[in-house]
Amino acid sequence: MVPFAGFSMPLQYAGIIDEHRAVRQAMGIFDLSHMGEFRLTGPDAVAAVDLLVTNDVRGMETGQVKYTPMCYPDGGIVDDILVYRYADRMMLVVNAANIDKDLDWVRGHVEGDVVLDDVSDDTALIAVQGPKAEALLQQLTDLELNSIPYYHFAEGEVGGVRATISRTGYTGEDGFELYVAPEDTAPLWRRLLEQGEPDGLRRAGLGARDTLRLEAGYMLYGNDIDHTTSPLEAGLGWTVKFGENDFVGRGVLEGQKARGTPRRMVAIAMEGRAIPRPHYPIVRGEPVGSLTSGTFSPTFERGIGLGYVAASGPRPGDDIEIEIRGQRHAAQVVKKPMYRRERS
Amino acid sequence: MESTIPDDLRYTASDEWVRRDGDEMVSGITAFAAEQLGDIVYLQFPTAKEHYDQGQAYGEIESVKAVSDLNAPLACEIVDVNWDVDENPALVNDDPYGRGWLVRFKPDDATDYESLLDAAAYRQSVTERS
Repeated sequence: MVPFAGFSMPLQYAGIIDEHRAVRQAMGIFDLSHMGEFRLTGPDAVAAVDLLVTNDVRGMETGQVKYTPMCYPDGGIVDDILVYRYADRMMLVVNAANIDKDLDWVRGHVEGDVVLDDVSDDTALIAVQGPKAEALLQQLTDLELNSIPYYHFAEGEVGGVRATISRTGYTGEDGFELYVAPEDTAPLWRRLLEQGEPDGLRRAGLGARDTLRLEAGYMLYGNDIDHTTSPLEAGLGWTVKFGENDFVGRGVLEGQKARGTPRRMVAIAMEGRAIPRPHYPIVRGEPVGSLTSGTFSPTFERGIGLGYVAASGPRPGDDIEIEIRGQRHAAQVVKKPMYRRERS
Repeated sequence: MESTIPDDLRYTASDEWVRRDGDEMVSGITAFAAEQLGDIVYLQFPTAKEHYDQGQAYGEIESVKAVSDLNAPLACEIVDVNWDVDENPALVNDDPYGRGWLVRFKPDDATDYESLLDAAAYRQSVTERS
């Protein structure tokens, strides 16, 4: 168990590689109760959130989820979050390590008739991820899960427990995230394992969560993005909408969009078996950047990573080297994401 | 879970084991170390016979989540490495005291072996860290 944002959490159960493969081939269950949740209610809740985030949330329908950065005025990222639009409220799901910072930020910037509550301690989160996740959950709920599209949610009962059932995840697989009351977490966890283990459901920890998200090209706040990086250089331009409405950071980001950013994020894969790690230099004759994430990829069975290079630097298909403790190892810039599931 | 700590080996505080084999010695990492590291996926070994001081790093061992130094248990010359684990690093997890051995070395002074931790002392060190 490792301490993480005040929670004691398992880095691994059976081993990162086995857990990773279970999620890719069958399904894995994650306890993500450390994540933070804020609730915004009141007539101006939608407009208040829209001003805080770079994505457009005004057009969201009830039951929809959006991924979005939340930026400082200088375009740096406060956090990357999920926005849930309920009929009567908005929910923001924030990174555990950022809960206090985000709460201060949101509190200081909400405008209008809005009530903001930190409901992190009243909200637990279990994720079931993998190609067999829907079939498992369908055995435990009356909701028609195949009617919930990707990045949408429904409210109902799963395994006898009241839940927000969200078709979202951080693994690159189909799957669901279940927001439940804390007292319902342990019974639901046990019920899911009991029902799912015969079909390959395995418990998965923070270690597998990291290898899965890196293969899928998802950002990790604190590694790949932070207050010094902008969504545009991180390759998150698709989440920045310069529509009619203003948002914090818009001016700077519009300038970056017009003039380009000095650096941009790339994905890399090693040629040999050496393993890239955060902060290792990316070299193309001379240093052109450095890694922000790196690990062994259980799917590709070699080292993979994310990092920033100069705007004029290498592009997908280009050969590079990664400097690992003074030695340069052959690698290549590859297309993001490295892993993309086959859609049925 | 209790890690295996064979009685007929000697140990270092940095979780290497040592076995005497004639004039030479064989070393690897303990079951406890392998469990702490998790799935081992890469090793970097010395590519030539070389002398190392006691505790000096001769290579690296890397799991999915972390990289650690491999240290010479005694002042020695490393004369051979286990290329099987280079091919298949999971051997270190599966059989740390057997097929997952790492290096064979010639100690500067064979009596240094007696200065290493015995199984009881190493077990104590593991208990304190578990």
